[in-house]
Amino acid sequence: MNFEEHAAKALILAPAGIAVPHGILCLSAKEAAVAAAQIGPCVVKAQVPAGNRGKAGGIKLADTPAEAEKVAGQILRMTIGDYKVERLLIEQQADITCEFYAAVLHDTSARKPLILFSTEGGMDIEEVAAVKPQAIRRLLVDIDGNPSANGIAGMLKGLDLGAAQAQIAAVLEKLYAAYRARDAELLEINPLALLADGLVVALDCKFVLDDAAVYRQLDIAKAGSHGAMTELEWRGAKAGLKLIQLDGNVGVLANGAGLTMTTMDVIRHYGGQPANFLEIGGEAYTKSEIALDLVLSNPGVKSLVINFCGAFARTDVMADGVVKAWRKLKPKVPVFFSIHGTGEKEAVALVRKELSIEPYDFMEDAIQEAVKAAQ
Amino acid sequence: MIVRRKDRVVVLGITGKQGTFWTEKMLAYGTNVVAGVNPKRAGESHVGVPIFTTTGEAARKVGADVAVMFIPPPMAKEAAISAAEAGVKLLVVLTEHIPVQDVMAIHTSAAKRGTRIVGPNTAGLVTPGECFVGIMPAFVPSIFKPGRVGVISRSGSLGTLICLNLTRAGFGQSAFIGIGGDPMLGTTTRDALQAFDEDCGTDSIVIVGEIGGDMEELAAEYARKVRKPMVAFIAGAAAPPGKKMGHAGAIVTSNAGTYAGKRRALEAADVVVVDTPSQIAPAVTAGLAKRSKDVA
Repeated sequence: MNFEEHAAKALILAPAGIAVPHGILCLSAKEAAVAAAQIGPCVVKAQVPAGNRGKAGGIKLADTPAEAEKVAGQILRMTIGDYKVERLLIEQQADITCEFYAAVLHDTSARKPLILFSTEGGMDIEEVAAVKPQAIRRLLVDIDGNPSANGIAGMLKGLDLGAAQAQIAAVLEKLYAAYRARDAELLEINPLALLADGLVVALDCKFVLDDAAVYRQLDIAKAGSHGAMTELEWRGAKAGLKLIQLDGNVGVLANGAGLTMTTMDVIRHYGGQPANFLEIGGEAYTKSEIALDLVLSNPGVKSLVINFCGAFARTDVMADGVVKAWRKLKPKVPVFFSIHGTGEKEAVALVRKELSIEPYDFMEDAIQEAVKAAQ
Repeated sequence: MIVRRKDRVVVLGITGKQGTFWTEKMLAYGTNVVAGVNPKRAGESHVGVPIFTTTGEAARKVGADVAVMFIPPPMAKEAAISAAEAGVKLLVVLTEHIPVQDVMAIHTSAAKRGTRIVGPNTAGLVTPGECFVGIMPAFVPSIFKPGRVGVISRSGSLGTLICLNLTRAGFGQSAFIGIGGDPMLGTTTRDALQAFDEDCGTDSIVIVGEIGGDMEELAAEYARKVRKPMVAFIAGAAAPPGKKMGHAGAIVTSNAGTYAGKRRALEAADVVVVDTPSQIAPAVTAGLAKRSKDVA
């Protein structure tokens, strides 16, 4: 789950005691002018949960309220990445001496939290890693404890941070504490700026909340976004199903992420294009009725592959849901089944009896026929 | 991580609906389930298995080599850590959607105590004809049969399909190792590959990978020194970049974890990479034939 800059600053950084510039969230150009009158020379920043807002023209300086109103009007009409800009953060301009990068994230291979710091702030960290890897400092942390003062001092050693060093060390400690307390997948400050008055301030913030931990972060989760979704994807999300709508015309209903991806791959292998990703694996296998409804609601679907291979998921339960949805929706598109695994005998019998359809023994055969039927 | 019939298995969360269903299946198949854990029902017996307060108590009283968890995400960390503290050698974490920071705590605790974690979000382990631990249809004879092909898979459903295809082509399996769909796994593709490489009951190895992460690439490094024929199928060639495809592991960002990169790495290590699941069995046949010719 992604958070916009203003939410990340207000909900994560400020409560953690990390300094952020004075800012006001605005929904219109008029509000931006009022905010600018209060703040003085300001930065008008598009609020979308996507990167590269600056490069896209979504961040502009304004010295007067009139100027703020004008650029706010321009930015509010923009689309950045998949997002229409609907909110702006009007923030005090900062007198920057130098810019750093700070983040806490997971190191998947070490299976530990990783603190990153770099003196090359303002750039993408991937870019820094490519052109100036020696500028990036890393500290792995044992999740049972906290980063030690020595550990942090060690990672900052030799970077010539001068008087800012103590403040930066404190920011890193607080950032780590916030990462832990808020179940962050990524908590990043870029840039972390040393200002002319000697203060170290977070000018931007990216916070990604672990989707699996939303249940224990409910107070902040409502401010997060699951990314841009189509109407159909929203319907799926509301039903607790992960649906990705694609451009193709062969609908896919399978159980488990691996089998679903494989079904899509084989559709492509035979020259077809999948219309969706939708998996009903794990506990969701009981949702095949609503799942089929979703797949068939995709206007592009010309044929359908139903590919079940039950391990934990019972194919008889899934087939029963399919039959129910089929009776209700009476779809006109041709459907091709392959059913194996737990509950296979009952599932195949049900599909034969209720839908008068003979499942294919090999998924490849079912898919080949579905691709032909969609053409 | 190849489970054996002699391994003493403790089921955490044995009394729940899934715990009950799968414990009965495991027992019927021959798995040596010696204990269940549920603090509220300690002292009772469930599906013929004695229940204890903690894994530690079970380990002291009846012994425990393997623990398997039917525990919902909010309680998974505590249950896993207490199993590691009880000294089980192998902990199979079936639970999906455990918060990642809890997963790190589980791995840290397990590493300190020398417990191997399989998962999280694995469908489990099968040794056909001997036993299984987890939620795999080991008991369906058309899918699993004893043999000499080792199968490694992140996904339970796809792994099941691959074993079905192998069985239909006449290839039984030495074992199925479900490593799990989570991004931060205790046992990696490389670890499982090494287990099959060292297993004298395994003649050839099938790797079922997925886009995202770097496990296939790391396995490919190890594969360079493996002499047994290896076949791989990587799911996700048609997946759009940047989208999470259910398995949190299956996400491609920038250039890491792409289908093309994984395929290249495996092929460079002499692993035959096939395009569809039904091509796996013929590729195993060809690999074994080539191997016996090379030996002769």
